[in-house]
Amino acid sequence: MIDVNKQGEVWVFAEQHHGKLEDTPLELISKARELADTLKVKLGAVLLGDRVGELAVKLGHFGVDKVYLAEHPLLAHYQTSSYSKVIDDLIHKYNPQIVLYGATPTGRDLAPRIASSVKAGLTADCTDLQIGTHEIKKTNEVYDNLLFQIRPAFGGNIIATIINYDRWPQMATVREGVMPMPAADGNRKAEIVTEKVHLTQTDLALEILSEHVQQKKVNLKASRVIVAGGAGVGSKDNFKLVWDLAHCLGGAPGATRAAVDLGFIDRDHQIGQTGTTVRPSLYVAIGISGAIQHQAGMVESQKIIAINNDPSAPIFNVAHYKIVGDLNQVVPMMIKALKEKTIK
Amino acid sequence: MAYNCVVLVKQVPDTKRITGQAMNEDGTVNRAALPAIFNPEDLNALELALNIKDQFGGTVTVMTMGLPAAAEVLRQGLYRGADRAILITDRRCAASDTLATSYILSCGVKKLNPDIVLCGRQAIDGDTAQVGPQCAEKLGIPQITYVEELIKLDGKTIVVKRNLGNGWQEVKGRLPVLLTVLDTANEPRVCCAKRLMKCKTAACGPEVETQIRAANPGASDEQVKAMAKQQGELLKQKGLLIEQWDLDMLNADLQWCGRDGSPTKVHRIQSVVLTAKESKSVEPTQAGVDAMIHELIVDHTLG
Repeated sequence: MIDVNKQGEVWVFAEQHHGKLEDTPLELISKARELADTLKVKLGAVLLGDRVGELAVKLGHFGVDKVYLAEHPLLAHYQTSSYSKVIDDLIHKYNPQIVLYGATPTGRDLAPRIASSVKAGLTADCTDLQIGTHEIKKTNEVYDNLLFQIRPAFGGNIIATIINYDRWPQMATVREGVMPMPAADGNRKAEIVTEKVHLTQTDLALEILSEHVQQKKVNLKASRVIVAGGAGVGSKDNFKLVWDLAHCLGGAPGATRAAVDLGFIDRDHQIGQTGTTVRPSLYVAIGISGAIQHQAGMVESQKIIAINNDPSAPIFNVAHYKIVGDLNQVVPMMIKALKEKTIK
Repeated sequence: MAYNCVVLVKQVPDTKRITGQAMNEDGTVNRAALPAIFNPEDLNALELALNIKDQFGGTVTVMTMGLPAAAEVLRQGLYRGADRAILITDRRCAASDTLATSYILSCGVKKLNPDIVLCGRQAIDGDTAQVGPQCAEKLGIPQITYVEELIKLDGKTIVVKRNLGNGWQEVKGRLPVLLTVLDTANEPRVCCAKRLMKCKTAACGPEVETQIRAANPGASDEQVKAMAKQQGELLKQKGLLIEQWDLDMLNADLQWCGRDGSPTKVHRIQSVVLTAKESKSVEPTQAGVDAMIHELIVDHTLG
């Protein structure tokens, strides 16, 4: 067990695969920077891999103060056992007060293993992080400068704020896409702390026999405009309306879980609590009732247009433009309006 | 070569089918609005364990931590083909977070010394996906998460396919091992009618007591206890008693259980009310749509 240490740094696990940094830890850096500044401590990135020194420099450009660099041939490929051993050692050596991970498949595999070995708390899939004060009225105990770990629970029906005040570090995984990517600045430099790594073959619990990386068919997170369809679109054929409008708007087609489950479109397009979280400039929801699980993945969109023939559909609660009507008529009207604007 | 599998299962509120408000006015979770079900991905884990048993022989034990009512998911496990059901229930388990839960479950698993521990990737109430990996760490065995397919099992080693969302990986590990299983791994079998008939009277101790109390309204506490004990023995002989373990039987260190063993605490719970700041109704006519598109161009949302 690690005791509370208010001078500890804020750390981000800088996940990389095949020499490329993942987006989520980079997104995390802007938020972690805020937290570290509020706490008046340094922001560190923890980078593991084999010959990844270049990435350490890059992390500096994104605004971290320090990079803890652990390089070893046995760290070339991510494995739970080797990575958790190295990070567990680093945590015990430096006593950070906060350690954050992207809620990627790797982050969600690694963070709980570390939490268990360090005997620390861990909150999964946070959508926001803040620094705040917790009071226990009964005993008049006050704990300040704690990490508020904010996440949806019960299928997105409630938002819980989780804290840990008596054991360090405070750890959380953070959802992909919920925090904006910071801008890189080539003039910023981080102090690089090179760590000695002691690993042997026996520290690798598994043997990776083969690996196949499949690029996602669509990059929803990078799209300024998303046109998403739900079960209300009716059929795979009719989903062409969604594709057509997305094409007209220069956007990407998205879908609810229901539409994906019905086979209207590939799972790569799924938006929501399971699926991608997006925050585009414009989100067009077509035939989407607006289950809370879907809203969790799109409510941060700057403008939302909802088209649904049911005026009581919950999606209208979050829409900026509500169109109660038949999507088969309204969508072609939108396409027509857009085409005319472009001609002019 | 036969394998002994332990499947960790959870009874969860069906968060996908919420009737009414999820939260009470006092900020607690409204359990009545949330029907209790077998956590979906735990069914996939159970199916994989049953496949292993069908193919290689061995045993499947289902284990859960929860209130006596959670015995229902264990019965569901028996109906599908599990050989043994264990309920870990103890007041001192209350308020356990994922760390304490995984400690308690690992104490239970240790007593069984299985070759393979399986659980669903995550439960639909918390969606944390933490208990599997944390259990593996407490057991000191490797974890293989996101398992989609069992490829090979040959006595000492296992080969599985993992689905990582953006691709897949084939990995080989030594036994014992803990697997977390995805919903895409298989199609869980339905309850077997023959087993359902055989196991429907399966119950845990507190359930037997409740049944006997209901059937004998005039009986004293002592009489009920005596009858319950007798009935329990009978069920045990038939292999229908859902075993009930408490923390003493697990030799669990109480400092790692329940509230004391849980580093995370709840600061605040809020109901989700999502609303747009400004909202306009647009007529479903060409003129209405034109005006809206015009507005979006003017405010630079488009173009």
